[in-house]
Parts: sequence; C-alpha cells; structure tokens
Amino acid sequence: MTQLQTAPAGTGGLDPRPRRHLQIARLRDLALIPALILVCALGAIISPVFLSPQNLINILQQQSEISLVVLGQAIVMIAGRMDLSLESTVGLAPGLAAWLILPSGLAHGLGAELPGWLAVPITLLAGLIVGLLNGLLIVRFRLNGFIVTLGMLITLRGLLNGISGGQTFFGLPESMTYLGSTRWLGAPAEIWVSLILFASGIFVLGYTRVGRSLYAIGGNAAAAKAGGIRVDRTVWVALIVASLLAAVAGIMLAGRLGSVAAVSGNGWIFTVFAAAVIGGISLNGGRGTIFGAFTGILLLFTVQNVLTLAGVSASWINFLNGAIILGALVISRLASGKDQND
Amino acid sequence: MMQTQKPGDRIFPDQTGERYTLRAQNVTKRYGATVALNDAHLEVKKGESHALVGRNGAGKSTLVSILTGLASPDQGIVEFSGQIAPPLTDREEWRRKVACVYQKSTIIPTLSVAENLYLNRQQRSGPTISWRRMRREAQELLDSWSLPVKAADLADTLTVEQRQMVEIARALSFGADFIILDEPTAQLDGKGIDRLFTRMRALQEGDISTLFISHHLAEIFEICDTVTVFRDARHILTAPVASMNHDELVSAMTGEQGKVDLRGGASTIREGAPVLTVDKLSLDGLYDGVSFDVAPGEVLGVTGSGSSGRIALAESIAGLRKPSSGTVQVAGQAVKPGSVPDALRAGIGFVPRDRHHEGLVEGLSLAENITMTVPSRISRHGIISNKRRDAFAQRMIDELSIRASGPEQVVGSLSGGNQQKVVMGRAIADRPKALVLMHPTAGVDVRSKATLLESINSVRSDGAAVLIVSDELDDLRPCDRLIVMVHGRIVKEFNRDWADADVVAATEGITEQ
Ligand SMILES: Nc1ncnc2c1ncn2[C@@H]1O[C@H](COP(=O)(O)OP(=O)(O)OP(=O)(O)O)[C@@H](O)[C@H]1O
Ligand SMILES: [Mg+2]
Repeated sequence: MTQLQTAPAGTGGLDPRPRRHLQIARLRDLALIPALILVCALGAIISPVFLSPQNLINILQQQSEISLVVLGQAIVMIAGRMDLSLESTVGLAPGLAAWLILPSGLAHGLGAELPGWLAVPITLLAGLIVGLLNGLLIVRFRLNGFIVTLGMLITLRGLLNGISGGQTFFGLPESMTYLGSTRWLGAPAEIWVSLILFASGIFVLGYTRVGRSLYAIGGNAAAAKAGGIRVDRTVWVALIVASLLAAVAGIMLAGRLGSVAAVSGNGWIFTVFAAAVIGGISLNGGRGTIFGAFTGILLLFTVQNVLTLAGVSASWINFLNGAIILGALVISRLASGKDQND
Repeated sequence: MMQTQKPGDRIFPDQTGERYTLRAQNVTKRYGATVALNDAHLEVKKGESHALVGRNGAGKSTLVSILTGLASPDQGIVEFSGQIAPPLTDREEWRRKVACVYQKSTIIPTLSVAENLYLNRQQRSGPTISWRRMRREAQELLDSWSLPVKAADLADTLTVEQRQMVEIARALSFGADFIILDEPTAQLDGKGIDRLFTRMRALQEGDISTLFISHHLAEIFEICDTVTVFRDARHILTAPVASMNHDELVSAMTGEQGKVDLRGGASTIREGAPVLTVDKLSLDGLYDGVSFDVAPGEVLGVTGSGSSGRIALAESIAGLRKPSSGTVQVAGQAVKPGSVPDALRAGIGFVPRDRHHEGLVEGLSLAENITMTVPSRISRHGIISNKRRDAFAQRMIDELSIRASGPEQVVGSLSGGNQQKVVMGRAIADRPKALVLMHPTAGVDVRSKATLLESINSVRSDGAAVLIVSDELDDLRPCDRLIVMVHGRIVKEFNRDWADADVVAATEGITEQ
C-alpha cells in the first residue's frame, strides 16, 4: 500500500470538528417562539384587547388563507424550487369558477351558468392544471423555474383580468362561500382548514418517505437520484400540491369576502416568501420545517395586529409591513444563528 | 439501445450468463463530440473482486453510471446474473441489483447522517418513519465501522474522510450481491482503507462481487483477483491480477512502455530568507504551536494520520480557516489570518482538500475556473478578454495534460482526475510565491501524477516555497524535508533520504522518545 498507516485505534482517527450544528438544527424549529412570545407580551401591554379570544381568533383567521400559500411555497422551496405563480392562482382559480357559474351582466359571469355545486371542483381543477403546467415546463422541458413561474404569474393574473374585465365577481354560489363563512366548533372553518393542512404537512414532510425525499432533492438532487428517489416526479407532485393549496386559499378568501376581485391575491408572494424564510426555510432548498413556516406567517400577522391595535395609521401600513419583514428576517437570523443564504 | 429483449429476459438461454454477476457488452456512450466509451465490455464473475483501471478520462466512471442505471448507453447491453438490466426509471429495481459508492459524493449535506445512510429506505412502522429506530440502527452501523460520528449530526459537519466512510458503509449495508466502488480510497486515510479492505475480504468470502476502481495500483494487487484495463474509452485487457506486475499494468493503461518516474527532480533550494514562515500557529483542538520555515525553492512535506491536524494546518495557511494564534508570513510579510483573498494577494496558491467544496465552480467552464484567481492576466483595462482567457487555459491544459474537449468544457463534466488537475492549474496559475498542496494527486492517474510533479518542479525552480500535505508517500517524493505531525504537533522531521518505514512508524506515533 502506498498510503501511510495512521495513528493507533482509540485516537479518533479522523479530524474532529465542532458539533455546534446539531443543537442548532434541533432548535431552529422553535427559533421564532421566543419572538412570538415577546410580540404577544408587547401586544398585551399595548392593548387589553390583544389577548381577548376574539382578537386571537381574528389573527388566525386573517392569516389562514395566505398561510396555505406559505405551506405550498414551503413544500416547493424545501424541494429546492420556487413558485411565484401561487399568488395569481389564489385569484384565478376561484375567479374562473365564478366566471363559469355566474350569469352575465351585473355579476360579470360568462353566462355559461354552470350549476353552483361545480364551483369548488372547478377551482381545484384550475389549481391542478396550473401545477401540471408549471411541472410540464420546469420538470419535463427543463425550463428555469423562476422565469417559468414568473411568466405564469403574469399570464394567470392577466387571464383573471381578461375574464373579469377588471371587475369583481359578486353573488358567488353557496358552495363557494361555505368554507370562508362557516364556523366549526366555535371558530371559523378557515382556521381549522389551515391548521389541519399544516398538521398534515408537518406529518408528511417529517414522517414519510415522500416527504423526506423532498428534503433530499432540495439538498442534492443528483445524490437523491442516485439514492433511488424519483426526483422529477416528486418535484412535479410538489408543484401540483402547492397550486392546489393556493386554489383552496382562493376558495376561502372568496368565501370570506363574498366575492372574487380581479386583484385578489395581488402582492401576496412577497409576504409568502418572507414568512417562509423567516420561518427557517432555505431559499436554496433542503432546509427548514413546515412548523417553522407556520410560525413565520403567524409572527408576521401577530405583529401587524399589534400595530393596528396600537393605532398606527393605515397610510403607514405598507411601509411598516416591509419594515416588519426586514426586522423579522434580522431577528430570525439572530435567533437561529443560521445563514439565510445557504 | 440495440436490445429488443424485455427486462428480466434471459439472453443466454444456455444459462452461461448466470456465472456472471455482471455482463456489459458493446457499450458505447458519447457526450457530444466526446466518446466516453467505445464498444467497451466488462464481465464480473460471481464472488469476484474485479479491478477496473485506466487513465483519467478513460471512461471508468461513465461505465459506472451506466452500470448503476444513472445513464443509458447509446449502444450495448447490460445484464445482471443473466437478466437484462431494468429500465432507467425503475430506480428500486436497480438498487436491488447493485450498490455503488460513486466517485462524486452523494451525501446530502442538509440531512442527518442517519438519514443519509437510510435515504429513501427509512425505517418505518406502517407508513410512518420511525426516527428513533432509524437513529439507533444508523448509530449501530456507524459504530460497526468505528466511525466517530453521531447519527443525528448533520452530514454537513463531517470531514471528507468521514463522508467517504459513510458512503461506503451505506453501499455495503444494502445487502446487494454486486457492489461498485469508484475510487473509494482517494479520500481515505490509511486506517479507513484498512477497514474497507477488511470488509471487502469478508464480502468476497460471502460470494459477493465487487468492482473496484482505484489509481493506487498497489491496492489492486492487494485486494483484487482480476483486473480490466480501459484506455481511451476502449477495453484493452482483462487478466488475473497475479499474472501481471505493476509496470505491465501501467503500460497497458498508458499504451507506452517504460517506467513512470515519480521521484521529482533534484533539489532547487536557494540561499536566502525563507519564503514561507509559520510561527507558533495554533488552532484549538486541531493543532498546537506549529512552527517551520520554507526556503526559496524548497519543498516541505507535512504528513500524519487523519487526526494529526495536518489538513487544518494547511487550510489555515491558505486562509480557509482562521487559526486561534500564531502568524503566517510570506517573504517577511504577515498574512491576514482566515482570509483567502488576503492569502492569494500575499502570493499563496493552494489546492484544497475537497475539490468539490472549496475548489471548483462546477457549472462554469474549465477556462473560467482555471483563471478565477488571475483576472489581471486575462484582462485589459479591467475588461476580461475571452481570447486571452482561453489561450491561458489552453496553455494549462497542455501543461497539465488535462483531458477535455477544450477550454469551454464545463468543469462538472470533466472526469474526476481531470477536475483535480484543473484545481492544480488554478493554484499555479498566478505563479505563487508559496504553494500549499493538500493531497494534490487525489484521483489522478499514475502517469498524470508525474506530470503534476513536473509542474510542481517548475514552480519551485522559480524560487517558490512549496508545502505538500499528504499521507501518500508518492506525493511526498519531491520533498526536501518532511515533517510528521501526531495529534496536532510536529513530532519528527526527516531529511531527503528518509526510509518509508521510519515515516510510517513516526505517523503512528511510534517514535523513540
Ligand atoms: N456529462 C458529460 N458531459 C460531457 N463529457 C463528459 C460527461 N461525463 C463524462 N464526460 C467525458 O467522458 C470522458 C470519460 O469520463 P469518466 O468520468 O468516465 O473518466 P474516468 O475514467 O472515470 O476518469 P477519472 O479517473 O479521472 O475519474 C471524459 O473525457 C469526460 O470529459
Ligand atoms: Mg472517474
């Protein structure tokens, strides 16, 4: 042998390196909890209303629709991709259903007047098709995911604008408004839907082979393939699931507002990315948890709520939203000790 | 593909195919204009330990990716135990037929070691992954390889050696009856190699076939029964290892007669102040109070076992790590610690331990990679000239005999050994004052080793100081002096005419105190 023999057994044999990462990896999941507690404490001091059940339910309800998009985005990001088109699916999917079902004239429908019970199936089908299309372009034709979903974002937004003529669809069928307006066990159904879907996400991504293969793909796609994972199919499924979640978010939003506006979902995607990254999901894939993503969006909405209670003027809200996102990024960087660029 | 048979069909109804775990015939594979495999064939008998050797770029790893279902041949038939290979999409079936340690790491850095070991076959109860059982079994597996690694650690935190051992442990844990190892020893230290070979002998006894690829020919004589030589994408010969000697093997690989000279040239040490001065350099827990000088034109070797701290020391000199105390000086000027740009500016060129992590940008071209540290040489008034860049890269390609389709080939698609040569080319591109080489010939074929040594020679005869950090005696041949480290300290220094046995004894910590 041309290699040198090494030190005798019992000396370790290999370079020891600090194991600092281990604890952090475990704690990263909970990194935002202290920040959440802090914000809640501040909220309680600022206004007695903050801790009232009604207000807490409000926070949860306000974030329930967008949280589903965060869930979808988190799944896609863990697999190392991103989907910018999700926010336009939120508007288009229910918009398409409304267009096909509502009468023409005042309600701006097409006049096809399909039966009302078809609203939810059509919405989901629209989500499914968008996901399939994204997958076709990204996975099958190997186009760049960022540009494809950016193009899809603009296309879908334009399609909604086209079919609605820039107007708002009113008078939605009951099957469509159900989720956004019913209460289950004393709380809005939306909250339950969001919590149940997140719980399923936590389970699937944490405890099933399919879920773990998303992490493997995001961590090193070539290695995942060598390890027997069907990389393409799994990414495709992730894209479809994300679009379906966006469609469900669209149904809930339409139900809560009782209408579908041409601008429905506009600008969400920034908040969605911010929540995911604050929650510890890596933009490069392979890292982060669904629970973390949930705490990310929860933190953003809690802070907004506290600001509103503090009487911050509406004209400052956009500025503050941006500032909150930047601030939260800094806090989560400090709390998790993790480089958000890797 | 030529075949019309369906997967699972027998192509040898007389069942002669069954004597072979693997038969690959008439395999051709092209990448654009490059022919990576040209009508090559390979047969591995049941229970055989089969070596595959050939120069860098001969097509070995390409064959491996075809034999493990990652790539399909343009032409040819692959069959396992007389059955046609499964379709490419059926990853499960491939995994049952063959396990592999690829040349390129397939560790997923963002997952725990346990999950890497059981990727896509995690222990479950029902549909649910049982993390506890997975961690426990992973820990048992790691312990059985006496790897000082915790199953719950992120794979990111492992050293190159540890990562390689994890890959090996994983491949051998599948229970496949055919195992491919593509240069598993290029990233291992002596102790790891011993552990691997012990296991491989046990496999041979269990009638499991192995295909073993290595550029250390001595290993082939030690562990294999049969050897196949590829040259220029073609099969050259297959013969019992016992029927060949080292020189015959080398001439089969190179197609030339004559011995390869690995001794390096005569000493070129010059009078004068030392070029590289390392003074009381320490990094907590890794190495402690290391001091030495390297004179102009001198080559200093640093060797030791995996725990000796030699790599950490070299990385600190190159700016990849920040030492906790001590100084590094180049030509009398102190170098700012822990900064690669400052080290480069001070005139330190280096070859890192892990070419994938610290060495190369895989998506960029060979030319871009090789000129990365020398923008001034290829630009005019701050604007990079492609022509100059390609000309510069072409010079390096010729000088280091890199096998590539041209300066524009993407580095990620070069063969492993040729990637290593690119890293080397980049280190010497800027005519460094001091050159720090960590395992410079990892994965490089015997003949190209001599070429790399020549390029080291040309650097040192310009008056540069060269530091070679390695545990391969062949790498250390050109050294004027050799220091041995044990547990982070220098324990012994040898002059040019050392005896290998003394060096080996010293690294093991057996020094007469
Ligand atoms: N994806 C690819 N694109 C283009 N060329 C490729 C690709 N993969 C391999 N090649 C070329 O095929 C040839 C054979 O490469 P291969 O990796 O099989 O060599 P090897 O025998 O394993 O060499 P080494 O000993 O250096 O690992 C090389 O010339 C390489 O540049
Ligand atoms: Mg190779």
